[in-house]
Amino acid sequence: MEWETVIGLEVHVQLATQTKIFSGSSTAFGAEPNTQANAVDLAMPGTLPVLNEQALKNAIMFGLAINADINKKSVFDRKNYFYPDLPKGYQTTQMDEPIVGAGTVEIQLKNGSHKTIRIHHAHLEEDAGKSLHEGVLSGMGHGSSGIDLNRAGTPLIEIVSEPDIRSAEEAVEFAKKLHSIVTSLGISDGEMSQGSMRFDVNVSVRLKGEEEFGTRTETKNLNSFKFMEEAIELEVERQIDILEDGGEIIQETRLYNGDTKTARSMRSKEEANDYRYFPCPDLLPVVIDDSYIEELGNNLPELPDARQARFVESYGLSEYDAGILGGEATTASFFETVTEQCGDAKLAANWVMGELSAKLNNEEIGINHCPINAEQLGGLISRIKDNTISGKIAKTVFEAMWNGEGTADEIIEAKDLKQVSDTGALETMVDEVIANNTEQVENYRNADEGKRKKMLGFFVGQIMKASKGQANPGMINQILLKKLND
Amino acid sequence: MSVQPSDIEKIANLARIRIDEQAVPEVVDRLNDILAMVDKMQAVDTSEVEPMANPLDAHQRLRADTPTEIDQREQFQAIAPEAEQGLYLVPKVIE
Amino acid sequence: MHDKTLAELSQGLADKAFSSVELTEHFLKRINDLDGNYNSFITITEEQAVAQAKAADEQLAKGNTQALTGVPIAHKDIFCTEGVKTSCGSKMLDNFVPPYNATVIEKFNAAGAISLGKTNMDEFAMGSSNETSFYGSVKNPWNTSCVPGGSSGGSAAAVAARLAPAATGTDTGGSIRQPAALCGITGLKPTYGRVSRYGMIAFASSLDQGGPMTQTAEDAALLLNVMAGFDAKDSTSSDTAVADYIATLNDDLSGLTIGLPKEYFGEGLDPAIEASVQAAIKEYEQLGASVKEISLPNTDLAVPCYYVIAPSEASANLSRFDGVRYGYRCEDPKDLHDLYTRTREEGFGEEVKRRILVGTYALSAGFYDAYYKKAQQIRRLIKNDFVEAFKEVDVIMGPTVPNTAFGIGEKSNDPVAMYLEDIYTISTNLAGLPGMSIPAGFANGKPAGLQLTGNYFAEAKLLNIAHRFQQATDWHKQLPATIADQVEG
Repeated sequence: MEWETVIGLEVHVQLATQTKIFSGSSTAFGAEPNTQANAVDLAMPGTLPVLNEQALKNAIMFGLAINADINKKSVFDRKNYFYPDLPKGYQTTQMDEPIVGAGTVEIQLKNGSHKTIRIHHAHLEEDAGKSLHEGVLSGMGHGSSGIDLNRAGTPLIEIVSEPDIRSAEEAVEFAKKLHSIVTSLGISDGEMSQGSMRFDVNVSVRLKGEEEFGTRTETKNLNSFKFMEEAIELEVERQIDILEDGGEIIQETRLYNGDTKTARSMRSKEEANDYRYFPCPDLLPVVIDDSYIEELGNNLPELPDARQARFVESYGLSEYDAGILGGEATTASFFETVTEQCGDAKLAANWVMGELSAKLNNEEIGINHCPINAEQLGGLISRIKDNTISGKIAKTVFEAMWNGEGTADEIIEAKDLKQVSDTGALETMVDEVIANNTEQVENYRNADEGKRKKMLGFFVGQIMKASKGQANPGMINQILLKKLND
Repeated sequence: MSVQPSDIEKIANLARIRIDEQAVPEVVDRLNDILAMVDKMQAVDTSEVEPMANPLDAHQRLRADTPTEIDQREQFQAIAPEAEQGLYLVPKVIE
Repeated sequence: MHDKTLAELSQGLADKAFSSVELTEHFLKRINDLDGNYNSFITITEEQAVAQAKAADEQLAKGNTQALTGVPIAHKDIFCTEGVKTSCGSKMLDNFVPPYNATVIEKFNAAGAISLGKTNMDEFAMGSSNETSFYGSVKNPWNTSCVPGGSSGGSAAAVAARLAPAATGTDTGGSIRQPAALCGITGLKPTYGRVSRYGMIAFASSLDQGGPMTQTAEDAALLLNVMAGFDAKDSTSSDTAVADYIATLNDDLSGLTIGLPKEYFGEGLDPAIEASVQAAIKEYEQLGASVKEISLPNTDLAVPCYYVIAPSEASANLSRFDGVRYGYRCEDPKDLHDLYTRTREEGFGEEVKRRILVGTYALSAGFYDAYYKKAQQIRRLIKNDFVEAFKEVDVIMGPTVPNTAFGIGEKSNDPVAMYLEDIYTISTNLAGLPGMSIPAGFANGKPAGLQLTGNYFAEAKLLNIAHRFQQATDWHKQLPATIADQVEG
């Protein structure tokens, strides 16, 4: 039997506002517990919400970026349920009349093909606080959980996709594309480790060719691309196993544990809550006009697709390289600064995708936390270009820069890494190598043109070794050829 | 429409209000009195009427994205039933 | 001093006939001596009141006076007061001392008014008799075996017994006007959005509105001048310009058209109240007004509509009372579910729980359209009735309530009968219109109220209409016999 996977995503994106969606409390990450929870956030009696304009603007910008209908009237609803991290006993969200209507997102898969994922809608809502469990804090009352409401009221957009996704790979590409869109727009910091982007995945399987969807499960609150991929693969496998054994899938909510790589059922649909949505009477319908939307549209930052096209066009990058460098806003801006600084897009691209990217991966840090800034890397590449150092020495300089030893020029100076381009000095080195390797010289001179080319590498290597890598390789080639062919 | 004791159990659970078993029949009766009174609405044809959430049909005003709050944790937690290390304490939350 | 109106007391302070401290101590003494008979206060803020009065006297000495500088008033215990217990009449908030003020309280503080304390009320403003208060029933000063009305019954009784010259109240379905009528005082519910709801503990957000409860329309104008106005903290607050409510009090009423809805004079109305209302209308005709019969055809749907919308909103508004961050928490909860369900079982009274359950049911899956949505549609029909009526008339008049104050305990076992007492007041809240109740004589020895309903933001007009009536009559000056005996010569 051949199975087809059907996936729909609900993506929660924290918006990069200064204050909460309905109060003037700061949203800065990492504050002491409950120091950024004011009377409104704590649902103190009598307190009332007022909508943060920036949150609204951010949501509209996202809608424009995915070519969605922006609803000129949208309504906030109350979603009622009790939970300690939900102070009001309801979450303020948008149910029937969200700010962003249907739109589309294009993704590119590893095999180069493109696919359109439809977005059902995106709505504004407030985040909940956090429950910290026993063990997290020392000496916390036995059998207790501690509630931190700093995050309560942080603005979110929830992006709901249609069930257009057919594999974990597509899901990850889709999620990465959303990440790229929201960071390019500057509406979210996209910090996955701080929970700025969280995924709920709805997964079902059906026999290939079947029209109807299978029963789906929802795995909630996945906070990395990797966990999402793992959770989907695990769930698909689980569902197929059950169905092939003649079993039935139960519609339920599941939790994935990224540490143990296991998932478990949280609650089945029978126990599902009845959320009793109704329009929030403390907030009025949000009404915007065409000019408001137009103004935001006119000032929309460059989007990933447009940027990639521009990278191909203006920098002569391959579509693949443009995809990697232009997809994500921070990387794109880093690359452009490097290019500007060194004046060579190809070299800049090679360095950002090569040495830099490998080092970042290795050290598990994001490019926005890179200890080498774009100007510094550009400075390093400039020294390769003007032959002050070779590409090989550049790697030594790069290491030193990473360790905070200064700019490329400072390091080259301090470590005396300048390339030797003095003809006299190089001729002396070449003469020495020829004199010390008579046998190889003899063989070279007897070889035909084709073989000579390969043999030349030996002499270059010897000279580089003698010069500790500092000899100018281009000049050595010239001098060597002249002397060997004489 | 009228409610049965089983409905009361469901509603009370949604509302997180414990109701003593002996009190259920009385609660059911009272709720049914109210629902009977309320059901007068059902006779009216409202198919063409736009629901009204706000008497002034006003629109939402927007707030500038500027922090206005200072940390008042101490004052807020002074009136909390149980707080420790800056956190509100509740019986263990099981997900 | 307590026989004087707020306006007269304000004048007395300006004339240095007495100091704010003397005035404040006089009322504090009355409360301490007499409130045992009425139970109209939950909290008396003696020290704070005297401190405020001293500060006011300093301002008065410097000539820095506003209309309310140094004048003592009382606040319904639904307005959050920083550092002073704010119970909302509930065990749930018996230990709640807010670290913030309601906007209305801030405004009175800024105006230099003195707060005598917090008045008793139906629990979470849910009631028409003040019998649902955790702090016990309030007694009507006109007959202490009768209810004062509700939910602002404590404020109404305190003003009627002259324990405070004036007080604040809130009105969700008649909670200012009905107790004002039952206690023989003046009460005004402003247009929805006219007075900030910030810090006013919510019952039903789309209906709640704070307003003054006073001896006279003039006093109501003085209070509303302070209370009214846009508040950036309340999304539902209106930025419509605020009038000076004193300036137009004496405007001439000739040419005024009064609408009398035929639905307000039908079955169920106490004939003695009807007679009082008709006499009041005659008085208005003397003052130059003309009368027109109108129809508000959906009047009988107001109570059903209200008892879906108000409980639904309340069911969510009261979810925050969960024993986690403030207020009552049950003893030794064994788990989270136990914490919630027992805290709410023990912390809320019967009527509040009943309304939460009704609202929860009305919003639950499968019933939303038949109840909540239906009620929101009916609500528009009710509003439209008024919009049509105000094309023809300037003000709508009728009885505030169908019956005079009933006996304590008389209706407490029949919620629906109690709900129907609000039949004339509820539609005003559903439509969001301003409404007043003013004393219009007596029925069976108990006060009868005349209700005036105005167009949106027509508070100045309503106050003018009420004031002219009070210039021509003295119903508002009548005092219960026991209180009249206490008035110094």
